[in-house]
Amino acid sequence: MWFFLELIANGIAVGGVYALIALGFVLIYKATSIINFATGEFMMIGAYFFYTFMVMLGLPAIPSFLLVMLGSAALGFAVERAILRHMLGQPTISIVMVTIGLSSILLGLAELIWTSDFKNFPPLFPRAPIIMGEVVIRSNFFWGFVIAMAAVVVFALLFKYAKVGVAMRATANDQMSAFSMGINVRTMFTVAWSMGAIAAALGGLIIGNIGGIQPTLGMVGLTIFPVVILGGLDSIAGAVVGGFIVGIVENLAGGYLHEYVPGDVKELAPFVVLVLILLIKPYGLFGKEEIERL
Amino acid sequence: MAILSVEDLSLSFGGLKVLSEVGFAVEDGDIFAIIGPNGAGKTSILNCIGGFYRPQKGKVIFEGSDITRRSPDRRAALGLARTFQNIALYRGMTVLDNIKLGAHAHLHTGLLKGLLYWGPAAREEMALRQEVEEDIIDFLEIEAIRKLPVASLAYGLQKRVELARALAMRPKVLLMDEPVAGMNAEETEDMARFILDIKEERGITIVIIEHDMNVIMDISDRVSVINFGQKIAEGTPDEVQAHPEVIKAYLGEKRD
Repeated sequence: MWFFLELIANGIAVGGVYALIALGFVLIYKATSIINFATGEFMMIGAYFFYTFMVMLGLPAIPSFLLVMLGSAALGFAVERAILRHMLGQPTISIVMVTIGLSSILLGLAELIWTSDFKNFPPLFPRAPIIMGEVVIRSNFFWGFVIAMAAVVVFALLFKYAKVGVAMRATANDQMSAFSMGINVRTMFTVAWSMGAIAAALGGLIIGNIGGIQPTLGMVGLTIFPVVILGGLDSIAGAVVGGFIVGIVENLAGGYLHEYVPGDVKELAPFVVLVLILLIKPYGLFGKEEIERL
Repeated sequence: MAILSVEDLSLSFGGLKVLSEVGFAVEDGDIFAIIGPNGAGKTSILNCIGGFYRPQKGKVIFEGSDITRRSPDRRAALGLARTFQNIALYRGMTVLDNIKLGAHAHLHTGLLKGLLYWGPAAREEMALRQEVEEDIIDFLEIEAIRKLPVASLAYGLQKRVELARALAMRPKVLLMDEPVAGMNAEETEDMARFILDIKEERGITIVIIEHDMNVIMDISDRVSVINFGQKIAEGTPDEVQAHPEVIKAYLGEKRD
């Protein structure tokens, strides 16, 4: 019984981080209808930013953290202005290819700048694990979960109540009518890319803190994909629920199935659940129904 | 005085000439109708006025200043509101939320300001907005449905909500693209009455595109007729109805 609870608790902890990274997809998709396949690389770059500020430049943790947010917002801004703005009105498939290309470029840049060596963050949190009854959660997981959830709540509140969030929702709904309501749609696109990049970077920072960083960290983005599809590409609530489902399924599969199915059953399980859910709800748990399928 | 005028407007997409040298002036407080057969270029004119199309030639002048190069959102902030031929409401939101979005233009969209908007000034602004929203809801008689999601409403009501959202922008000029298209007789009559009330009680100038000739001839002060991207006639409803070019465009020529 304790083993089960521990798997669930760890699943929830990881799921919270997945939810945050999934938000990186959702924020951008919601406003611009673009699926950003470079989200994983945004994560990875965010983690390297943190490494640069904290380890290479020796700044304390909190300023480094804030600088990561600033830096990744700038990255999102630059990508949108320099590349995606010129793709306005092009077919979805072309834009998707551009984001895939972008992910390769970012990966290559990271290898050039930071080399492909494995790197570790200095310990950020007290090392003592969190113990509830017989459930043990590693402190990096626990604090990662706390930070991720805080970020998710802030993003959700922004989207629901702040003027910028309302304007972004209006843009997502109908660009032409948003324009005639006096909303600067182009600015909203830039804001969405910056917010998406921040969400991904924070997620990357947390994941990097748990397992160390190297340029291929962005591959985690693939794990996040079932989260996003599961919840529905354009739903914040969906990202959160999807994140928890994937985190829990992963841990349960890893814990119980590993002895029968050796190999990467942990990575595979979420995709099986994804297929099952999509059979019943083709637009994800919370998705709107007009989503364009690729 | 003309509040809105269009001069020498020409628009083409590649080799397709959509508008050629269209010009008209809309007097402050008038209902100005643009009519013409399907594909004549009526909606293109609205799109040029609203800023969605950039004409190759010509000018759009609003309150004496040239806005031809302004972006659509800037034009909205200046006082140009718009309703669409196909309802462009935010379907998942309630009626009230949709109307609130209309008031959005009057809060200036600085990112930081938007995030940090707080304090007494903000509260005052909120109170004012609320007043405007209540007033509009009363005016268009949609109190009963204010909390309902838009997607659940009948077509005619949705059109009315879209009108409410446009009014919440406190516009000086309201551009309406086929406001009664697809409505039954009763809904059409209601809408025509609201349009007249907007003009008379609120003093808002209205530019309207419509196929329903009865409505146009009843409510318009001036009518401009477009055919194949060119203006073929303009005048009061009576003058236009008697114009030989108009009769030709609508009924075809008599063959000898």
